[in-house]
Amino acid sequence: MSAPTLSTSDKPVQPPHHGPPPEARREAFVRSVRRNLSAHSFLIGAVLCFAFFSWYPMVREFLLAFQKTEGGKTTWVGLDNLDYVFHDPAFWQAWRNTLLFTALALLLGFLVPFVIAIVINEFRHAQGYLRLLVYLPVMLPPVASVLLFKYFYDPGYGLFNGVLHFLHLPEQQWLQSTSTAMLSVVIAATWMNMGGATLIYLAALQGIPGELYEAAELDGAGLLRKIWHVTIPQTRLILSLLLLMQIIATMQVFTEPFLLTNGAGPEGSTTTVVYLIYQYAFNFNNYGGAAALGLVLLVLLAGFSAAYVRLSRDSES
Amino acid sequence: MAERTLISPAQLGRPRGKAVYWGVLTLVVLLFTLVFLGPLYWMVTGGLKTAQEFAESPPTTVPRSFHPENYSHAWNVMQLSKLLLNTLYYAFGALAFQLVLDVAAAYSLSKLRPVFGKVILGMMLATLMIPATVLVVPQYLTVLDLPVFQRNLLNSPWVIWLPSVTNAFNIFLLKRFFDSIPRELLDAASIDGASPLRTLRSVVLPISRPILGVVSIFAIVGVWKDFLWPMLTLPDPNKQTLNVGIYSLAQGVPENWLVAALAMASAPTLIIFLIFQRNIMSGLTAGSLKG
Repeated sequence: MSAPTLSTSDKPVQPPHHGPPPEARREAFVRSVRRNLSAHSFLIGAVLCFAFFSWYPMVREFLLAFQKTEGGKTTWVGLDNLDYVFHDPAFWQAWRNTLLFTALALLLGFLVPFVIAIVINEFRHAQGYLRLLVYLPVMLPPVASVLLFKYFYDPGYGLFNGVLHFLHLPEQQWLQSTSTAMLSVVIAATWMNMGGATLIYLAALQGIPGELYEAAELDGAGLLRKIWHVTIPQTRLILSLLLLMQIIATMQVFTEPFLLTNGAGPEGSTTTVVYLIYQYAFNFNNYGGAAALGLVLLVLLAGFSAAYVRLSRDSES
Repeated sequence: MAERTLISPAQLGRPRGKAVYWGVLTLVVLLFTLVFLGPLYWMVTGGLKTAQEFAESPPTTVPRSFHPENYSHAWNVMQLSKLLLNTLYYAFGALAFQLVLDVAAAYSLSKLRPVFGKVILGMMLATLMIPATVLVVPQYLTVLDLPVFQRNLLNSPWVIWLPSVTNAFNIFLLKRFFDSIPRELLDAASIDGASPLRTLRSVVLPISRPILGVVSIFAIVGVWKDFLWPMLTLPDPNKQTLNVGIYSLAQGVPENWLVAALAMASAPTLIIFLIFQRNIMSGLTAGSLKG
């Protein structure tokens, strides 16, 4: 609705005789160049790092996916790599496993921290201690937590079977059986990683105005209805942000299954997509196939990433 | 009393409410201690047991006899001092690079506002949209033969330090903090004739101590916890990090020694956490959502 103008620059064109004298203009120009030089010199180090280790690899990922390198010669093969990975039976198994992991990890890793946060938030005492405990595993080196769980899962002398035995429940094969391997990985991963989410939920819960609960009580709401009608709507934004974040993170799971079950697990039952990428690249030297797999993952996660960025931008304003 | 929550204070005030409250609290404290501290206790005491006692089922809660020499054996056999020094070297190097380059970049983007600044920030944030694991393969190929410089960075500390700078999330956190520093403060400095560098050093950095603390801890913990990247790029056993070194040595070592090694490898970050837990917790909740 602005008035039409013929000027293409975004600054109004100065009529020749009313502007500042040429010397002043030159001085302003020199000053702006100098200001920009110093500003860019502050930026250059980080920009170079991004250029070499982020932006260039991003471009390269796309190129690699459509290329084949053999004997030092790179040829353009179009969609051959994608065709190849789509016809690899391991591809579909890896996707089934990854989706199973994501579903289980969301069930545990999304719900458990929320419940824990609600419980901790109710206490007037020991809150600091409980918060500290929940976050403790996040600070362990992953190798330490994973090897700990490997001992706990041991079918012979492991702690978990000891507990099951004590409760007169049937003992499990845990990581050794195709039916429980993935669940075992998810339990370990949840223990290792849920501290961050719990703390974020706690912060969100602390922002809920107490009057809302009072109002709900006047309407005769019980505990569960208060959670359903007050707690969840009040934390909806953070819940959905963390949900997206966890989908993005869990679909890229690698370290936990790699360390717990050497990546594949019994009959490949814990092979994830990222482990398959790793195998293609570093065991089979098939960089094109690895890049093609990566591209599939990228496309599938792009929607979640875009939703996340949009939602977090909305939460800013 | 603080802001009220789910359960009404009146309900808590009644004798029955009080009893339930303290009962549940005790139960939760015990359960959490068992679930989250229990494994750590098991690890520290497991390292003190003999090999036979370690493999016993059910495990003993207190070692029958103490064998602290397991710790020194593990320390020597797994060459933990070297792994630890390597990891410290990588972690603090990465911290130095991130503090200098990321702080400078965030300061420039926030306060100096160069031409194309918005575009550069956008391109940095765009890297957050690409799943990190997708980039591992092309990044690996890049460090094998770094363009322009024609250098192979494998087994050199640069392979950890330089990519750690590309942390768009840290730059974003820092920029947001710098954005909140009032313009007038910087204008006053510049009227006094301070250069941008001088302003950064004497005005911006002193105010930014809390966010610098958070970013520093994330930087160190990030290197301490990373596994895949150092495994790929530091194949030389003499250059490895704790995570990778322990993983590759885990097979050939008695189990009680290995557990002692795990306890020692976990100690540094746990100690850092216990000292700085207040900063970490506030930083986490302040910054982690606005990605």
